[in-house]
Amino acid sequence: MNAHVDPAEARVPMGKDELLLKVDNVSLYFGGVKAITNISFDIRKGEIRAIIGPNGAGKTSMLNVINGFYHPQVGTITWRGEVRRKMKPYEAASQGIARTFQNVALFKGMTTLDNIMSGRTLAMRRNFLWQLLRHGPALDEEIAHRRRVEEIIDFLEIEHIRKTPVGRLPYGLQKRVELGRALAMEPELLLLDEPMAGMNLEEKEDMSRYIVDVNEQFGTTIALIEHDMGVVMDLSDRVVVLDYGKKIADGPPDEVKSNQDVIDAYLGVAH
Amino acid sequence: MTEAVTAAAGRVSVSKTGAPEAKASVAPMATQPKVGAGHSSEDTFPKLLLRNARIRGQKPAIRKKDLGIWQAWTWEDVHDVVRDFSLGLTGLGFKPGDKLAIVGTNRPRLYWSMVAAQSLGGVPVPVYADSVAEEMAYVLEHAGVRFAVVEDQEQVDKLLSIADKLPALEQIVYDETRGLRDYDHGHLHSFEAVTDAGRAARFAQPNAEADWLERIGKGKGDDLSIILYTSGTTGRPKGVMLSHENLVVSAGNANAFDQLGEGEETLAYLPLAWIGDYVFSVAQSYIAGYCVNCPESPETALDDRREIGPTYFFAPPRVFEGLLTLIMVRMEDAGRVKKKMFDYFMDVARRSGEKILNGEPAPISERLLYWLGEFLVYGPMKNRMGFSRLKVGYTAGEAIGPEIFRFYRSLGLNLKQLYGQTEASVYIAMQPDGEILGDSVGKPAPDVEIRIADNGEILYRSPGTFVGYYKDEEATRSTKTEDGWVHAGDAGFFTEEGHIRIIDRAKDVGRLSDGALFAPKYLENKLKFFPNIKEAVAFGDGRDKVCVFINIDLTSVGSWAERNNVNYASYQELAANPRVYEMIEAHVDQVNRDLAGEPLMAGAQIHRFLVLHKELDADDGELTRTQKVRRSFIADRYGPLIEALYEGAVHKHVVTEVTFEDGRKGSIEANVEIRDMKTYPARGDGVREAAE
Repeated sequence: MNAHVDPAEARVPMGKDELLLKVDNVSLYFGGVKAITNISFDIRKGEIRAIIGPNGAGKTSMLNVINGFYHPQVGTITWRGEVRRKMKPYEAASQGIARTFQNVALFKGMTTLDNIMSGRTLAMRRNFLWQLLRHGPALDEEIAHRRRVEEIIDFLEIEHIRKTPVGRLPYGLQKRVELGRALAMEPELLLLDEPMAGMNLEEKEDMSRYIVDVNEQFGTTIALIEHDMGVVMDLSDRVVVLDYGKKIADGPPDEVKSNQDVIDAYLGVAH
Repeated sequence: MTEAVTAAAGRVSVSKTGAPEAKASVAPMATQPKVGAGHSSEDTFPKLLLRNARIRGQKPAIRKKDLGIWQAWTWEDVHDVVRDFSLGLTGLGFKPGDKLAIVGTNRPRLYWSMVAAQSLGGVPVPVYADSVAEEMAYVLEHAGVRFAVVEDQEQVDKLLSIADKLPALEQIVYDETRGLRDYDHGHLHSFEAVTDAGRAARFAQPNAEADWLERIGKGKGDDLSIILYTSGTTGRPKGVMLSHENLVVSAGNANAFDQLGEGEETLAYLPLAWIGDYVFSVAQSYIAGYCVNCPESPETALDDRREIGPTYFFAPPRVFEGLLTLIMVRMEDAGRVKKKMFDYFMDVARRSGEKILNGEPAPISERLLYWLGEFLVYGPMKNRMGFSRLKVGYTAGEAIGPEIFRFYRSLGLNLKQLYGQTEASVYIAMQPDGEILGDSVGKPAPDVEIRIADNGEILYRSPGTFVGYYKDEEATRSTKTEDGWVHAGDAGFFTEEGHIRIIDRAKDVGRLSDGALFAPKYLENKLKFFPNIKEAVAFGDGRDKVCVFINIDLTSVGSWAERNNVNYASYQELAANPRVYEMIEAHVDQVNRDLAGEPLMAGAQIHRFLVLHKELDADDGELTRTQKVRRSFIADRYGPLIEALYEGAVHKHVVTEVTFEDGRKGSIEANVEIRDMKTYPARGDGVREAAE
C-alpha cells in the first residue's frame, strides 16, 4: 500500500454544496448531564466530514443522534430536506444511514461472508420462510445479494478470510469486516466511529485508503470520528470540533488546525 | 579430474520403475535433442498459442478466481484476447524489439501480455512486484522498457514515482481500474481500453489480423522469448536472456520426463519475475496444453489450491516446511483420540509409505494398514493441503530437510527434488521416479550434460542454456564458455549412483584457519531443518572457529510459547527468552553431534551462537526477494555482533536500523546474548566413506 494518501488533491471539491444532513440547535441530556449543548452543523453530499474532540466531548452521542439511537430533547435534524424529530435506528438504516461502532459489534461466531451478508437484510424482499426454503425467487435474490457482497469483499481485499469466523480475526481485520457490513447496505451516509482506533500504522494507511475509495468510487458521504489528527487532516473535507458537548470550531482542516480554541481544547490551557 | 555424465546414461535406469511406455516416449528425444517434445513447427510461444487454439480450442487454458467463483478462459478465448491486446499495443506504437515490463501478481492478463509482446516480436521483462521503487528503477532502466503492463494502482504509483529515471518508458497499461479514475490518462491505459482499441482496429483494417498472424509466422526459435533479472545474491541484478528454443526444448523435455499432458492442473502463485513461474505457468502449459489456475489473491493461495487440487505442483522447500509446521501445530491442539490415530498411522507411513510409493515389495499386512491410514489420516490430510490429485510435485532452490521430504513421500505424494537455474531454463538435474535419494538433486535432466570442474564447481551444457546477459558481455563471458558450458556457481559432486549432490555456493565454500572445510550453507541447512529455526547465517571462513546467527520461527516457537505459558509481545522478546535459548542450544548441539559423524565436515562444528533480535528481511536487504540470505551484506550490517562472537563476549548491545514496508525507517535496539557450545571429536565410523 502506498504510504501517503492524498485525497485532497485527487478529489474535486466542487459540486459538494448540496446539503444531505443538517443539525440545528440540538441538545441532548441524560438526566442532569448535558451530553450535547446547542450544536448546529451540516453534512454536504459527497464529502468526508470529520467530527473530532477530546474524550467525552460528545462525538459518539452526536453520531447516535444522527442515526436515531438517541432522541435529542431540543433541536431538529434535517435529512435530505425532511425535518425529523424522532426516528428509530432501523428507520435511519432503511433511509440510507449506515454506521460502524467504536468497539466492533460483529456476530463473532459467524463468518466474514455471513456478517457482511447480514448488512443486506434490509434489502431482502422475500420473507424468512422463502429464505428458509432457499428456492426459486428467494435463491435468485440471494445470488444477487451474494454478488454484491462478493464485490465488497473484493473491494476491501478480504477474500482470504471470507469463510473465517470473525471472532478469530485480528482487530484490524474485524474493523474492515464491519466497514464491509455497513457498505453492504449501500448507504448514502456512512457514519464511522473511530474506524482506526487500536490499529497500527499500516492498518491505518489501509483503512484510510478504503475510506477514500468508498467516497470516490461509490460517492458515499462519510462522517467519521477519529482521534488520529494526521488521518483526520489528510482525509476530511471539513472538520467540526466539539468540546464538553459544545461546538468550538467548524471548517476546512487547515483552518481548524490553527484555531486557538481547538489548540487549547487539545493541549489544555491554564485557567 | 573431470567427470561427464550425459542424460542418456541417466535415463537407462528408468526401466526399474516398471513403466516401459514411459521409457519409449522419452527415448526418441535423446537422438534428436534440439527438437522440443517433437513439435518442430511450433518453436515460439505465440505459435504454440495458435496451435492450442486450433487443436484444443474449447479446453480451459487458464482460470482465475474472481468474486468467489472460478472463471475459466479456453485456449480460443486466450487467443482472441492476446490478438486484440496485441493489436491494441501496436496502436500505441509497440514495435518489434521493444521491451514490455510486467509488474504484478499472477493474473491471466499479465500472462497474456507476455505472449502478446512476443507475438509482436517484442520481449517481456517481468519484474518482482514487491521490489521497492529503486530496485525496480534499475531493472526497468537497464532493460530500456518502453511499455509496462502492471496490476493495479499501487504499481502505477510506483512506476510514476520513478518515471523521471526511465526516459524510455512511454505507456503504462493497468489491469485493475480501482482508484485510477482520476489519473491523467495521457500515457495510462486500462487493459480493456487497449483490447477494445485492438478490436476496433481489427474491424476497421481488414488485414490487421492477417498482419498479426504473419508477424507470428516470422518468429523464430532463436528469437528472444523473455529477459529475467536474477535476484542477485551478489551485486546488481543481471538480465538473463532466454530464447524461445531454450524454453520450448527445456519445458518440452520436462513434460516428457514426468509424462505431463493436457489434463494437468497447476496453480500459478510464484513471482512472475522468477524463471520457474514462466516455465511452469507458460512454457510447459503452452506445450502440453494444460490449465493454469491463478489464485484470487496471494493470501488465498492455500485455500485456492485445495479447491483446484493441482496435479503438478512446484514449491520451494519453505512452503513444504510451512505446511508441515502448520499440521504439526494443529495436531498439538487436536483431541487425544485424533492425536493417537495420527501418531499411529504416521508410524505406519514412515515404515512402509515410501516403499509402497516406489513400488518396492512390502508385506500385505503393512499394505492393509497403509490403506486404512490413507482412508483415515493421509487422505484427509492431503485434501487439507490441496494435494489430493497430485501426480508429481517438485521442490528446489534450497535443500529440503530429509525429515520433511520423507514425510510427504511417506503420505504417497510423489515429491521430488530438482536442481535448476534461470540460466538453464530451470532444468539441470531432476530425480527420476523410483530413484529418490533424499540428499541428492537427482540425475542430469534430459539433454543436459554435467561435469564437475577441478575446484568442485558444477558446469552444465544443454539446449536450454541462456543466450547471454542483457547488455553485459563481460558477465556472459565469465559465466558461459565458448563451447557452451555454463558455470553454475555451485559446488557439488557425483555420488556412486550417478546422482548429483550440491554442497554450497562455490564461492562460499571456505576453510577455517586450521584448514578444515567450511561450507556455510551446509551448516545453515542442517540448522534450518529444525522447525524452530527459520534462518541461520554461519561465519568461519579464514577464522579459527564457526559461529552462527539464528532466527527463530515465529509460528513454531510462538505455538510452543502459547502451550508453555511463555508471554511475549514481539519477535525480539521471544527471541531473547532464556527458555527459547535453551531450546535452540539443544538443536545446535544436535547439529554438532551430526557433524562429528561426517569426517569432511567434523572440523566445522559450531562453537558459539546467538539468536538475532530481528527477523532477517528482504526489505532491509538482508534476504534476496527469493528469501536467500545475503551473506556479505549481513556480515557488514551486523559487524559488531560478529566481533562479539569471536571476542568471546557473553552479551552485546546493538542498535539496528529497520525499514518498514512503506519505506520509512526506524531502529530497534537489543542486548543480545551469546552462548558457547560443546564440540565433539570426529567419530571414526565415517572415515572409510570419506576415503573413497
